[in-house]
Amino acid sequence: MTGQTKTVAVLRYRPEQDEAPVWQEYQVPYGDDTSVLAALNYIKDELDGTLSFRWSCRQAICGSCGMMIGGKPQLACKAFLRDYPERVTVEALAHFPIERDLVVVMDGFIDKLQKVKPYLIPREMRALEDGEYLQTPEEMDLYAQFAGCINCGLCYAACPQVGLNPDFLGPGAIALLHRYNLDSRDGGQAERMEMINAELGVFNCTAVGYCSEVCPKMVDPANAVNVNKMNSARDYFFRFLRPAPKQGGCR
Amino acid sequence: MSKRRPYVRPMDGWFKRDPFFIEYMAHEGTAVFVWLFALEMLAGLFALAAGEAAWGGFTAFLASVPGLLLNGLILVMLLYHGVSWFLIMPRTLPPVRVGGRKVPGSTISAVGLAAMLVASFAVVGFFCLLANGGQG
Repeated sequence: MTGQTKTVAVLRYRPEQDEAPVWQEYQVPYGDDTSVLAALNYIKDELDGTLSFRWSCRQAICGSCGMMIGGKPQLACKAFLRDYPERVTVEALAHFPIERDLVVVMDGFIDKLQKVKPYLIPREMRALEDGEYLQTPEEMDLYAQFAGCINCGLCYAACPQVGLNPDFLGPGAIALLHRYNLDSRDGGQAERMEMINAELGVFNCTAVGYCSEVCPKMVDPANAVNVNKMNSARDYFFRFLRPAPKQGGCR
Repeated sequence: MSKRRPYVRPMDGWFKRDPFFIEYMAHEGTAVFVWLFALEMLAGLFALAAGEAAWGGFTAFLASVPGLLLNGLILVMLLYHGVSWFLIMPRTLPPVRVGGRKVPGSTISAVGLAAMLVASFAVVGFFCLLANGGQG
């Protein structure tokens, strides 16, 4: 700590007393290594115990502390007070309803994640004695990037289309869908194509590309969405040429 | 009774909220000038079909100050549109692999921009050649 303080302005919303969110400022002592999350914890512990926010790991892996910091979607544990000259604004993640203070309602987002069937749907059923489903490093490399998602929701806060149409499947869920479609062990592409083609699927995206800019884990959701626009078009035009999928759970 | 009352923030003016959105609106907005240029080309084609007088009027407009200003503006906007289009191209393409390695997005953009420049010079050169009666 340097003994200096910085102004942290937090958008408060307490549904039992606030009609609409209001800004509240706090003076927080800081040093070079004071993250925004550390500042929020200081406020909660020392200044105002009523402040609500989500956090857990402090090291950009749990994805809990996503919020708008200086107007941009960021993880509070990965943003530092030193980078803001005099004052930093902290607001709940954009495009999500505010539950309370910096806590947002994630239900719609979680529903979308579940909807894309984010699990392996085996291409071929194997008996236990046949052993594991094997995969080469090259095959893994195809989807590894998309498997880095920590479900923090920053890409949804970066996507104006999600804000304008909250039902849009959105960048994170489509990146997760793409991760399983690219997996050599998976055979669920046909089942997931429905979600891609749907009215709330990939064609809601207008290629703003901010989702990939803000991702703290270097996932490229904009790429997953746009590659699937091509896949969807191919599926539409060439669907009659493909043999019908075999009946049953796997292809 | 539940005290829950989730607050949904309005989206009014969202495009002014972040410099990234402003740039996005700018590069999408410049598409209007692509349309304007297509209209101009179409007008030229109609003028050509309508006879010598109409064609003369069209070329006189192109050589006039308002015509030059308009086309200068269109050129600047089209260049901006083209450059920003190639900058976002890596996000829209499936991963490109050369020799088993993923080509970085910056390389894809650079190759696209270089191709745009080469094609532009080739087209301009071809028309210069035509204008000079093939004399180079």
